[in-house]
Amino acid sequence: MIRGALVREWQVLLRAKGAVINPLAFLLLTTMLFVIAAPDAITTDEASAVAPGVLWTLVLLTQLLALDSMYRRDFDSGVLEQTLVSAQVPFVTVLIRIFMQWLSTGFIMACLGPVLGVMLGLSFQALPATALALLLGTPALSLLGSVGASVTVGFNRGGVILALLVLPLFLPTLVFGADMVMAAQAGRSVMPQVYALSLISLVALALAPFATLAGLKISLEMQ
Amino acid sequence: MTLQPLLAVNALSCERGGRRLFSPISLSVLPGDYIELIGANGSGKSTLLRTLAGLHSQFTGEYRSQDALYQGHRLGLDGLLTPLENLAWFAGLEDHTSDHETTLNALDRTGVLTMAYSLCGAMSAGQQRRVAMARWLLSSRKLWLLDEPLTALDASAQDLLRDVIAEHCAKGGAVICATHNAIAIDGKSELILDASIAETLP
Repeated sequence: MIRGALVREWQVLLRAKGAVINPLAFLLLTTMLFVIAAPDAITTDEASAVAPGVLWTLVLLTQLLALDSMYRRDFDSGVLEQTLVSAQVPFVTVLIRIFMQWLSTGFIMACLGPVLGVMLGLSFQALPATALALLLGTPALSLLGSVGASVTVGFNRGGVILALLVLPLFLPTLVFGADMVMAAQAGRSVMPQVYALSLISLVALALAPFATLAGLKISLEMQ
Repeated sequence: MTLQPLLAVNALSCERGGRRLFSPISLSVLPGDYIELIGANGSGKSTLLRTLAGLHSQFTGEYRSQDALYQGHRLGLDGLLTPLENLAWFAGLEDHTSDHETTLNALDRTGVLTMAYSLCGAMSAGQQRRVAMARWLLSSRKLWLLDEPLTALDASAQDLLRDVIAEHCAKGGAVICATHNAIAIDGKSELILDASIAETLP
């Protein structure tokens, strides 16, 4: 069953490339807009204080954009209800879905992190920490976001409610993520933030799949 | 030897949006049974089937059921996958593997073999229904819960549907089917949902 679910997710990912490309294009564009709108911010010393926060905020918004469609296709086609009716362990299917969502957004954003850092004028010594911070922090975004996506999937326009639901949950990741980039830039140790981000992601991993499953059941019951 | 019922329902009544939909029903479904669910629009046929499939939890009374195959209005076919890939996924879901040959035979039986390698999203509503029917053929589940299976089917597919259901019942399966157009099957029983007592719950 695990293999079947993985194969399906992979095939869908290959055929719906827009789901991967669109959020990334959004991230690159908004970063560029910021650079164009505030060119002084990246040439002066102030830049270093603003850039980590801007980078992380844009990552959050990109994740939000991708989350809205996380379960929608499966919900509309009936794949979701078949999963809940027939699957021996729906939990595993949910976990695989979240993992693939992270792989197609968070992971790629982490790889792109250094590029975005350069665009925003981060110092070179902060670039590896930027990638690491995104790598450790984005799983929490996918996991917590999945909970929000699961309860809003039944709404026609769930996007706004989704934002209101999950952005507060993203706050700890945002705080420690941006702080980690800032610490690396100032040459301080980043280990405290590494632990904090890992902890947030691990706690989310322990709780979010169950909450997602419950959310999906509620959504399927409402219609 | 007494047959083990595939489904036992005791005084079950579904609720939706704070309303009780129909008067409580009790029934026992044995292997070989074909039961047609009849009732006016809004009498709770779909809700009853969803309840029996475990998708709806607002009900009174109780039921015990084996793992069932549920076919709702949404077919559960992913438009970005081919029929073969969809059927492989369904097989994985029910934890059995079906070999290529068997899958192709099922698609041949339901008349969509030529579409086996094209995306489900590009197929017509009736063709998608035929793919869904191929999935029933491959399933190992004994109890089928079908919600309006005649929708979008042409005459030949309706005959096929009747044969498939009759065959399944003959093999010791059971089918509960919500429909407005009676399907001619020997030995069928009817379950009429009485919505006249529909009341707003306190």
